Amino acid sequence: MLRFLLTRVSLLIPTFFGMTLLAFFLIRLVPGDPIETMAGERGIDAARHAALLVEYGLDKPVLTQYGIYIGRVLQGDLGKSIITQVPVLDEFLALFPATVELAVCAILFALLLGIPAGIVAAVKRNSWFDHGVMTVSLTGYSMPIFWWGLLLIMLFSVYLGITPVSGRMDVMHYVEPVTGFLLIDALRSEEQGAFRSALHHLVLPAIVLGTNPLAVVARMTRSAMLEVLGEDYIRTARAKGLAPFRVVAVHALRNALIPVVTVIGLQVGVLFTGAILTETIFSWPGVGKWLIEAINRRDYPVLQGGMLLLGGVVMLVNLLVDLTYGIINPRIRASR
Amino acid sequence: MASTVSTSPNDTVPAMPGPLLQFWHAFAANKGAVFGLVIVCTLLLLALLAPGVAPHAPDETNSAAFLLPPAWQEGGSATYLLGTDAIGRDILSRLIHGSRLSLSIGVVVVLLALVVGVTLGLIAGFYRGVVEIAIMRVMDIVLTLPSLLLAIVIVAILGPGLVNAMLAVAVVVLPHYVRITRAAVISEVSKDYVTAARVSGAGTLRLMFSEVLPNCAAPLIVQASLGVSSAILDAAALGFLGLGAQPPSPEWGTMLADAREFVMRAWWVVTFPGLMIVVAVLAFNLLGDGLRDALDPKLKR
Repeated sequence: MLRFLLTRVSLLIPTFFGMTLLAFFLIRLVPGDPIETMAGERGIDAARHAALLVEYGLDKPVLTQYGIYIGRVLQGDLGKSIITQVPVLDEFLALFPATVELAVCAILFALLLGIPAGIVAAVKRNSWFDHGVMTVSLTGYSMPIFWWGLLLIMLFSVYLGITPVSGRMDVMHYVEPVTGFLLIDALRSEEQGAFRSALHHLVLPAIVLGTNPLAVVARMTRSAMLEVLGEDYIRTARAKGLAPFRVVAVHALRNALIPVVTVIGLQVGVLFTGAILTETIFSWPGVGKWLIEAINRRDYPVLQGGMLLLGGVVMLVNLLVDLTYGIINPRIRASR
Repeated sequence: MASTVSTSPNDTVPAMPGPLLQFWHAFAANKGAVFGLVIVCTLLLLALLAPGVAPHAPDETNSAAFLLPPAWQEGGSATYLLGTDAIGRDILSRLIHGSRLSLSIGVVVVLLALVVGVTLGLIAGFYRGVVEIAIMRVMDIVLTLPSLLLAIVIVAILGPGLVNAMLAVAVVVLPHYVRITRAAVISEVSKDYVTAARVSGAGTLRLMFSEVLPNCAAPLIVQASLGVSSAILDAAALGFLGLGAQPPSPEWGTMLADAREFVMRAWWVVTFPGLMIVVAVLAFNLLGDGLRDALDPKLKR
């Protein structure tokens, strides 16, 4: 197991350095002088320009600059936002819990609905339910989630008035951020109705963000289940006279879930992509909205750091999925 | 020739169906795929004939008809079947003209990614070792980053606009084509026909393009047709974020970005552009699934 872990981790190192290269050259690829780009249309005088060049280390050779950059990144220094002057890492850490909360709820929504739907569709193959699940899942997979979000807002917020349009909580509530996960913080606090309000704000964004994973999970569960149900050991279990429910829920499901776990892991990148859009639509104060705002303000350090951090998170999650996979399925460990 | 035993097999044995016909039978058995094909063809026709079919010009404004509802709703008018937007442009006409943009985005992005991806994949598959590792590592990095994030970053560097958005999306989808090509090349190169061609003196370029590549075509065709749908989706997302096609272009994602502020009072401005995106994406997905099942039965699930 240790050997497996070490090989996996060592594979990440070149990828990580590649990402730092990409992030580093990002600012340098922007046409024109970086200082002038940052200054924007206001312009800048020559003395200040020279001072800024030195301050950002832009007067040194590119390779030296990259060396300095790597050194800083490894110490957790990703530079400061040009607009707010707050370190990029601090801003990220303050906003990231909101994105994680949204993403976790979205994936829960996808799993709680997708796995049962996939199982039933496989067991009742070619029934109307099966066809329904496949059609809905293909549509969900093809759905532009930015439009899906707008539709749900129109239906639930505007016409029915059930859910709020944006934000994480009504302004009349205040909850001390302890964990950063508003649902947990609201539960711990004394504030009346805060939890309800937070939950209300979370439902629509979580459904919107969970729609693509839901489609993928349902399809994957169905096809994995179909494959497993055709195996000999399932026939043996049935022949032994086990209850059909037990055969499906215990014997088949356990093996069918292995590919589903992988797929969930691969969804993490997709979730962040979706979070950028979902957070923009619902004004959800997470890292996705933060990055889009950074682009509109030409805040390159934020963009650079945010890209590196999100890429790093995806890499870590993929590593965790790989390791979990090694634990559930020992054959993988042996073969590598 | 009355005898039942034929002396000349050409006369009585029906000709084997050609590969194209065989493929068509396999494809036509899949109702969803045929449905997808029909929609794709309709969209293509709409795009080709847009100026003739659309009742109005896409950027023609009418100051007497701001935010007019669709014809069947109270206050709607038959001149504007699907209603008008905030500055009195006909939504139906904009959608029809938008199909030109979205289809060309899909096709151009996929062609770009195909050409570059196949070339890189061939190189990686033929020259194993350092070159291969370098190419595949870069592709891994591209795959690790959330796709829209990378596309956004690229557009941020190049500047917003339709062409840059297309380039960005092409870069983001590139790894799929490289990986597929490389995997197919590696499995083909060890086969006898390649060795035979090599022994008879074919050069590397000839081996790459006229021997190996045609035999890797099936998975690439499938990926390409599925790729059109994701290209349309990604480009629309960029348009929605204000980083793709710029207003007043009738690109569907861009139209949705304009429509956001009317969520409260004009459902038609919001609903129809998104519906077009879903229909187009769904059609290409169905078509791609059908192609996959017909071309490569092994991949069928």
